[in-house]
Amino acid sequence: MGMRLLPQPVLTLVIAAVWMALANSVSLGNAVLGLALGLAVPLLTQAYWPDRPRFRNPWRIADFALVVLWDIIVSNIQVARLILFRRGDSLRSQFVRVPLDLTNAEAITILAGTITMTPGTVSADLSADGTAILVHCLETDDPEATVTAIKQRYERRLMEIFA
Amino acid sequence: MTAWIVDVGVTVLLLTGSFFLLVGSFGLAKLPDMMRRLHAPTKATTLGIGALLIASMAYFTFSLGIPSFHELLITVFLFITAPVTAHMIAKAHLLRDPELRPRLPDVQANGGWATLGRSPQDTQRGGP
Repeated sequence: MGMRLLPQPVLTLVIAAVWMALANSVSLGNAVLGLALGLAVPLLTQAYWPDRPRFRNPWRIADFALVVLWDIIVSNIQVARLILFRRGDSLRSQFVRVPLDLTNAEAITILAGTITMTPGTVSADLSADGTAILVHCLETDDPEATVTAIKQRYERRLMEIFA
Repeated sequence: MTAWIVDVGVTVLLLTGSFFLLVGSFGLAKLPDMMRRLHAPTKATTLGIGALLIASMAYFTFSLGIPSFHELLITVFLFITAPVTAHMIAKAHLLRDPELRPRLPDVQANGGWATLGRSPQDTQRGGP
């Protein structure tokens, strides 16, 4: 019963938080309204989202978010440096293939987005069967190390979050 | 006394943000090819806009005494839309530039890369 009433507890909390942010005020009324929406929307949309992802360990999201946030700051500084102090032609850019262990579509989407937001990499395409991501590196000597870093830093954490 | 600290903090954040936004735009103009250009606006601008939004939150909350946090939503939406936009631009570029294809790594999967993997007939029909 609890599962049926709350098919997506994380989504419920996210909707409530987004509602309060849109209203830009934390009051009891807004919290109640936000939670009501957070309860109603997952129930109403349940039928249209058959293979919704299941979280194994939602609390790991915080850990993942902090790692990504930190990497975004570092990557911004790195990329700014490359732009300002290097001739564009001298950047050793190349495409690399990142094999995926994740199978969940939502998790792969988050991984692709994370790759784009973090150090010197943009996700450019996905293999047709969803087993590899094509990543473009702005500056790399060692493509293998880039792939290992992506898998170790992001994919491993995402696999802990999603069942 | 505290107002002074807030002002300095907000100023530093605004300057940092503007700096990264400028670098992002400069990179877009400076870098030599399409794929490298994509790096500048997707990254240098996220920290830039992030810093501006934190400055906005700090200014309204501490300086004017109006608690404000809907800037967080802008950040979240930006983090969702920026990679998707970059991904779509990259896909369109892969599809339209045949010179890029020899430089792609071997896909090692059935069906090839999603953008290029279709049969020529499908591409001509313009749909799956």
